[in-house]
Amino acid sequence: MSSNLAAAERGQVLTVQRVGGERAFRRRLMELGLVPGTRVELVGVAPLGDPIELLLRGSCLSIRRAEAEQVVVVGVEAAREPRPNSTRLEPELETRSAM
Amino acid sequence: MSAEACHEPAIESAQPADAAPRRRVVLVGNPNVGKTTLFNRLTGQNARVGNYPGITVERRSGDLALGDDGVAEVVDVPGAYSLTARSPEEQLAINSTLGIGGFEAPDLVVAVVDAGQLIRNLYLVLQLAELRVPLLVVLNMIDEASEPRPDPAAVAQLFGAPTLATNARSGEGIEALRTEIARCLNEHTDARLDLAYPADLRASLDRVADALPQGWHKNVERDRALALWALTSIDPEDELESVPPALRERCLDVQRDLAGRDLDLEVIGARYAFLDAHADRIFGRTAKHPPKRAGSARLDRVLLHPVFGFLAFVGIMLLMFLALFSWAEPAIALIEAAFGGLAELAKARLPAGVARDFLTDGVIGGVGNVLVFLPQILLLFLFIGLLEDSGYMARVAYLMDRIMRALGLHGRAFVPMLSGFACAVPAILATRTMERRRDRLLTMMVVPLMTCSARLPVYSLIIAALFPDRTLLGFLPLGAVLMVAMYVFSIVMTLLAAAVIGRTVVRGRRVPLILELPPYRVPLLRGVLRMMWERAWVFLKEAGTVILACTIVLWALLSFPRVEPTPAPPAVAVTQPAPSDAAVRATALERSYGGRLGKALEPALEPLGFDWKIGIGLIGAFAAREVFVSTLGVVYGVGAADEDTSPLRQRIKSETRADGTPVHSALTGLSLMVFFALACQCMSTLAVVRRETRSWRWPAFLFAYMTTLAYLASLLVYQGGRWLGLG
Ligand SMILES: Nc1nc2c(ncn2[C@@H]2O[C@H](COP(=O)(O)OP(=O)(O)OP(=O)(O)O)[C@@H](O)[C@H]2O)c(=O)[nH]1
Repeated sequence: MSSNLAAAERGQVLTVQRVGGERAFRRRLMELGLVPGTRVELVGVAPLGDPIELLLRGSCLSIRRAEAEQVVVVGVEAAREPRPNSTRLEPELETRSAM
Repeated sequence: MSAEACHEPAIESAQPADAAPRRRVVLVGNPNVGKTTLFNRLTGQNARVGNYPGITVERRSGDLALGDDGVAEVVDVPGAYSLTARSPEEQLAINSTLGIGGFEAPDLVVAVVDAGQLIRNLYLVLQLAELRVPLLVVLNMIDEASEPRPDPAAVAQLFGAPTLATNARSGEGIEALRTEIARCLNEHTDARLDLAYPADLRASLDRVADALPQGWHKNVERDRALALWALTSIDPEDELESVPPALRERCLDVQRDLAGRDLDLEVIGARYAFLDAHADRIFGRTAKHPPKRAGSARLDRVLLHPVFGFLAFVGIMLLMFLALFSWAEPAIALIEAAFGGLAELAKARLPAGVARDFLTDGVIGGVGNVLVFLPQILLLFLFIGLLEDSGYMARVAYLMDRIMRALGLHGRAFVPMLSGFACAVPAILATRTMERRRDRLLTMMVVPLMTCSARLPVYSLIIAALFPDRTLLGFLPLGAVLMVAMYVFSIVMTLLAAAVIGRTVVRGRRVPLILELPPYRVPLLRGVLRMMWERAWVFLKEAGTVILACTIVLWALLSFPRVEPTPAPPAVAVTQPAPSDAAVRATALERSYGGRLGKALEPALEPLGFDWKIGIGLIGAFAAREVFVSTLGVVYGVGAADEDTSPLRQRIKSETRADGTPVHSALTGLSLMVFFALACQCMSTLAVVRRETRSWRWPAFLFAYMTTLAYLASLLVYQGGRWLGLG
């Protein structure tokens, strides 16, 4: 099942399948590590719903939903029970992709 | 251009011919890795703030003492995630590390990386190693990296570049770094890395490499890597500068031939595949991903909470605003009093004449005009420094991005916009917390529309003089309602202006917002103080001189040609009282060039409901809006009206035309307030915009659009009001 990163919920861990969008845009996202095969966790959502905070390769990064929509992801898997009041989780997961 | 900070006289540009060529070290790295802290550690007390030619990016440089090896110049290059570039700002990273496009080649590139976010940070290091630059890698923030800590030796081996771990905050590892820099400068070893890109790509790279200009060639490997940079950066829509047309042509050609292939993905994917494959070696076998710093996560649970987070946010912002608005007041008053006193002293000691007036009203007044901004600038940068350093500024952007985006700006524009309510001058200086030129420009173009504190005395005078002392609905004082209305009006106009200007004049392409929420840290006071000092110094040196010059010009405009006090014939003197001092000053002002200009403007101002006296007031107000009040005092012959404005209010109220009708009414008052709300009546604002944009074009645009807007709005208010039968 594929979906985009903006549709993910807090605490979900996903695998990047494809990044779309205009060239410079897409290049920048990929250079930040959002290349196909990367595992990404959605760790936080700003109180107004945008931007969202991601964890990938041990680094956190926030981007806007509009950009996250360009990132096609698969493998929806709940990392943990999302805690209602937390904006971040402490991931102890092995999130590095074996590419 | 340079501004030398602190004690040492700094030599910025031209080296004396006999001196040995100064060795140059550049610091590069992702944003937020502690580069500035490291730079400060390395350069100690001296830093120079200059500017990169052609773009509005500041260039900080300083001297690095290397013991027996003399001194090297260190340049702090703005943070970048990658060398790939689309705009001239992004191009700085490649130009300054390779010494192309008019830059001098550095003798050493120090890549600063955040040891806690290593893999993403190493992407830039990988690009540098591919380009064969003389490289030294610094794993900074090593204290914050979780176990197992990254192994410098493994990184060194991977990129063929010496690697050290430091903690720029505590100073740990800095001496070792200094020694290593000295060693690298003497030994000149280039980093090396060759990734296995698809074989057919190599032929394309060689084709592009052939088109590299003479000065860009070095060796086959670097040429290829540079060709790869060109191929991934150049496209029909980029805004890069100093890319030779032949190279651009060739890149576009090759891209056309490669159509159907996803070059960006192939290249970036291969790089990350390489980094991922070696991650285990860097982190040790048991590599786990660094857990988030738990304390910060707990704080964020409160500070980014939908309810408590916003409450805390409002509290912090309110505190900052109050500080700017009222805490700065005593210091401002003190500076004004000191310069007032100084002028009085000079007046009393020196013989009357042009020279004395030039000194007191032009020079002393002008220096005072510059210095009054210092309290607010220092306070604002104290807050900005604390917010940035503690990690909260990134949260401000995170919280407010959604709202600021509606204005076509991003979250970081919030603090400058808020400061605009106190004063546009520090607010414009604060726009440098935004990385993008377009965002900075847009913010600078609209911030002067916010109701700054200098407008308040003008509003108070007008409201007190021309509006009845009434309450609305029995309990709302009309004056207070009008004040609030002026604030609302200015906010609405700012939003509208942002929407329009952001879609027309400073359109600019949409770029992805990239934010990092760093862990919370206790701010380092030393760094904050250093930044406050630097900002204040740059302001004094560069905007201050313009403001001083403008004050002198304005003084001349309002005092020449001089009216010599005509010695009264002795016979008449007995019977006729000598004209009062205030009357003499009023006549002098009226006959000055400024006065004549005010009169000449009358036909243009009449449709707004203003007479020539207001016209002169507007000219005087150009020094600073509140000067309107004192200039008007002089015009009306009631003295400068600094402390007590009641005589002036009376005069304004009772001023009549030849036919006995009052000159001013509530409607002219409203028209005048609208004019003040929108007009760019502030040379200091124009001076800082000029300093920040490095061109006269933007201040000219700012002045033209705000004045036009003010004129049209006042016209609408006055004529509309008349048509409705008011006033
Ligand atoms: N714990 C720790 N904190 C550090 C270290 N180096 C810098 N910091 C902190 O990291 C924050 C950011 O440091 P800066 O020096 O402003 O980072 P920068 O790379 O110049 O950031 P930009 O100017 O935004 O590119 C500050 O709060 C520093 O106090 C370090 O080695 N360890």
